[in-house]
Amino acid sequence: MTAIIELEQIRKTYHSGSIEFEALCGIDSTIHEGEYVAVVGPSGSGKSTLMNILGCLDNPTEGRYLLADEDVSMMTEVQLAEVRNRRIGFVFQQFNLLASLSAWRNVELPLIYAGVHRAERRDRAVAALERVGLGDRIDNRPGELSGGQQQRVAVARALVTEPAMILADEPTGNLDSKSTADVLGLLDELHDSGRTIVLITHEHEVAGRAGRNLVIHDGQIVSDLPTARAGVSA
Amino acid sequence: MNWLETVRAGGEAVRAHRMRSILTMLGIVIGIASVILTVGFGQGAQDKVKLEIDALGSNLLIISPGSTTDSSGVRGGFGSATTLTLEDTAAVADSAVVPDAERVAAVSSSSLAVTAGETNWTTSVVGTTPSWVEIRARTLASGRFFTDAEVSSGADVVVLGSDTAGELFTVGNPVGRTVTIGGRQLTVIGVLDSSGASSTGTSEDDQVLLPISTAKSITGSTTSAVSTIYVEATSADTLSAAYQEINSLLLTRHDVTAADADFSISTQVSLVETANSTNKTLTVLLTGVAAISLLVGGVGVMNIMLISVTERIREIGLRKALGATPSVIGRQFLVEASMLGLAGGVAGVLIGVVGSWVLPALIDQPVTLSLLATLAALATSLALGVGFGVYPASRAARLTPIDALRSE
Repeated sequence: MTAIIELEQIRKTYHSGSIEFEALCGIDSTIHEGEYVAVVGPSGSGKSTLMNILGCLDNPTEGRYLLADEDVSMMTEVQLAEVRNRRIGFVFQQFNLLASLSAWRNVELPLIYAGVHRAERRDRAVAALERVGLGDRIDNRPGELSGGQQQRVAVARALVTEPAMILADEPTGNLDSKSTADVLGLLDELHDSGRTIVLITHEHEVAGRAGRNLVIHDGQIVSDLPTARAGVSA
Repeated sequence: MNWLETVRAGGEAVRAHRMRSILTMLGIVIGIASVILTVGFGQGAQDKVKLEIDALGSNLLIISPGSTTDSSGVRGGFGSATTLTLEDTAAVADSAVVPDAERVAAVSSSSLAVTAGETNWTTSVVGTTPSWVEIRARTLASGRFFTDAEVSSGADVVVLGSDTAGELFTVGNPVGRTVTIGGRQLTVIGVLDSSGASSTGTSEDDQVLLPISTAKSITGSTTSAVSTIYVEATSADTLSAAYQEINSLLLTRHDVTAADADFSISTQVSLVETANSTNKTLTVLLTGVAAISLLVGGVGVMNIMLISVTERIREIGLRKALGATPSVIGRQFLVEASMLGLAGGVAGVLIGVVGSWVLPALIDQPVTLSLLATLAALATSLALGVGFGVYPASRAARLTPIDALRSE
């Protein structure tokens, strides 16, 4: 199996005045293509910091991060923007859809920054929406969709660039139990079709849906084990 | 993301907050409209003055005896100033000495009662030569002007101004009828068209014209003094050359130095300049006020764009997470600010144009739209948008995606 993510001794130190705070103290891990990994930990454990680094939203203070064989740990802001655009599909807790744009216009956003031509953008956005089961909602604005549907639009937006990895940050944190099941089902489907998914969560039930759990505590990985579901789809 | 996409996205953002965008533009709309109207008023006033002075005759030099400060160039009656003579007139008319003079007319005028039957009317009685009618750019409504032969013979003929004709002859065509001036019977041979302009209070349409020889014999004047000599230069370009030629000729003839010249020459240009300098001061002042309101409008755009950056901080974070580089984000906000500025400018120009049609009817002042000022106003509004958009745009560009996404 090809490694998508290789982390070597990743450290992140925050400075607040004279106080130094080490959010991550030496993370080593490898995630392979097609894996479904949940990063689990209580708030303050450093999992948000790890998510920012994995998502190329922030540089580590020390260490090496290879994303699809590309060293992104010391990239500039502009280079990181390009890597995020090409390699990573984000799904956020708050959905982060633009209220003024219709579903397909939200989904096409990453393609605009990738420089894809207008006509092709629409085709690909519509295909991604069909993929998440919203083929009949392409012209609806976020306000006209339920929470679960909005998160599906966000998943379609994450898929549309064919990224190396889908990074979902508490994707069910704002959803009721029915929509949660809905979205987690969608992630399962994507995993079954071979997508690499990294899920950040503090809920063990949600984490249980992944094939592997990285438990993080006080900035360190305290356990890295396959779950009961590991064999099901591997 | 290319410029076209950026402009399209900017237009969407401007439309998405329609009311706010309109309020933001308002300052620029008012500023641009007032700049266009102020410049238009100034231009209109200048055009009006130019039109009035052109109506007096083009390329005109007015030579008056003594030193005169009266802008009409006409002083006193017979005998009050005698430094200009018919001989001076003949010398100025000599094309060998003053090659740049096209036509010359001497004028000797006095105020006298004119009687026609039972009616009488006191008006300006002007003795002159036939070239007067061309120099003063006048035309005849009926009849003809008198000839050189009639000047030489001192014929008893008279041409009436249109107002004077109306006062003396309420019915019928005056041509062929007789009037009496100073006890002398004169035949009316023509009536002037209305000049359409009054210069410095005295109506150009209330006067009677007769051969200068006839006028002198009526007033009993034995001198050859004239009250004014009108000279028409060959063209506007030769006006100053003609001025120099006449000035040195008369200085030599009168044997005086320039410092104590006993005559003065005024031109149309100097009259126009005097009239325009007042207008210009007012225009500059009002344009300054309008420019300040434009500046305030620009600050308004910056203010709203800064609010917009704060309000859309999550959108900025999201766009960055999805791959927008800082320069793309900066450009997006800059384009939005520029569009607000330009849209305000276009609206301001429209209001200015409509105002230039409507206002002259309401306040009786001409407004001349200047294409240059309009284009400059549009360029300014765009520049205001860009200029005042730079700071908010750089604020947006500098936001880090994590902070932007995390904000509530």
